[in-house]
Amino acid sequence: MVNYIWVGMMVIGFIVAGINGTMDKVNEAIFTSAKEAVTLSFGMISILVFWLGIMKIAEKGGLLEVLAILFRPIVKRLFPDIPKDHPAQGYILSNMAANLLGLGNAATPMGIKAMEQLKILNGGKNEASRSMITLLAINTSSITLIPTTIIAIRMSYNSASPTDIVAPTLIATAISTVGAILIDRYYYYRSLPKGGK
Amino acid sequence: MSIVQSFSIWFIPFLIGFILLYGTYKKVPTYETFVEGGKEGFSIAINIIPFLVGMLVAISVFRASGALDYVMMAMRPLFSLFHIPAEVVPLGLMRTISGTGALGMTSDLIATHGPDSFIGRLASTIQGSTDTTFYVLTVYFGAVGIKKMKYALKVGLLADLIGFLASIAVISLLFYS
Repeated sequence: MVNYIWVGMMVIGFIVAGINGTMDKVNEAIFTSAKEAVTLSFGMISILVFWLGIMKIAEKGGLLEVLAILFRPIVKRLFPDIPKDHPAQGYILSNMAANLLGLGNAATPMGIKAMEQLKILNGGKNEASRSMITLLAINTSSITLIPTTIIAIRMSYNSASPTDIVAPTLIATAISTVGAILIDRYYYYRSLPKGGK
Repeated sequence: MSIVQSFSIWFIPFLIGFILLYGTYKKVPTYETFVEGGKEGFSIAINIIPFLVGMLVAISVFRASGALDYVMMAMRPLFSLFHIPAEVVPLGLMRTISGTGALGMTSDLIATHGPDSFIGRLASTIQGSTDTTFYVLTVYFGAVGIKKMKYALKVGLLADLIGFLASIAVISLLFYS
């Protein structure tokens, strides 16, 4: 899908430029934007190095485990299908904690481990179970405490206050997560056969 | 509004301070660990270069040719009915498909409109508040061989829509009311 969109944007751009007579601007845009992308990435080095350094301390200190304990009651309610003390629960907790701290690289393997366990719980079928979809819903609307990359981009473009979007982002992401869970519940109950449990 | 802004300003130093003290309490070699993690940050920033170059070039070709203006012109009447700024609609769509694609669009919007403008703040919030549904779906279900995904895609996309609309509402209310 991304491949088509990417090629589409460029090819349509070239055609429209031919019709509009803006080919000179397109030529200029190719080279300035390529340069801008590299400048932007270099500008992001500073904050990414700093933030991932700090997060490594959190990870080594076992903050993920502490967060996991705090989340346990919530996870029990969100995933009523998972038996008590099943390994899936632990992986889901680590996945949520890593997402919260913005550790995408740590969150994904934990999420996949959780999915493996959920598949076993579901009898190894190639069909998505209720808990799998809930886990997915939480991950697609993931709550992150500090949107590091965005702050870095805002800094690169000389924002007067690069971090002032932290609170709005937290509120918006909280709304989307709650929304995701409610929608997930709605579709789950709708998918149940009528009359039966 | 001042409460929100001071929360945003206090939150990061507070979190960093907490992590540093917590690490010290847990006897983590803080400085060495920091350096070790920092190296990962460096490689992330370098690895992202080809993605950003590819996306930013495509987006700016599309914009410089005038094609984006036509798309905006076509969409504006429809979206202004719902008070949705047409400028961020392409970002909202891209956000569900490609994380780096959306990142390219966000930085393009911030560069064009300014980071502290309405569109700049809105793009920042949209980028931060949802994750790439198609990517998460492909990776998580693909890794364990789930073929029938049932209502998973609907849930993911509706959650993205909620995040998108919530971003518009939150930014409008907090900064511009």
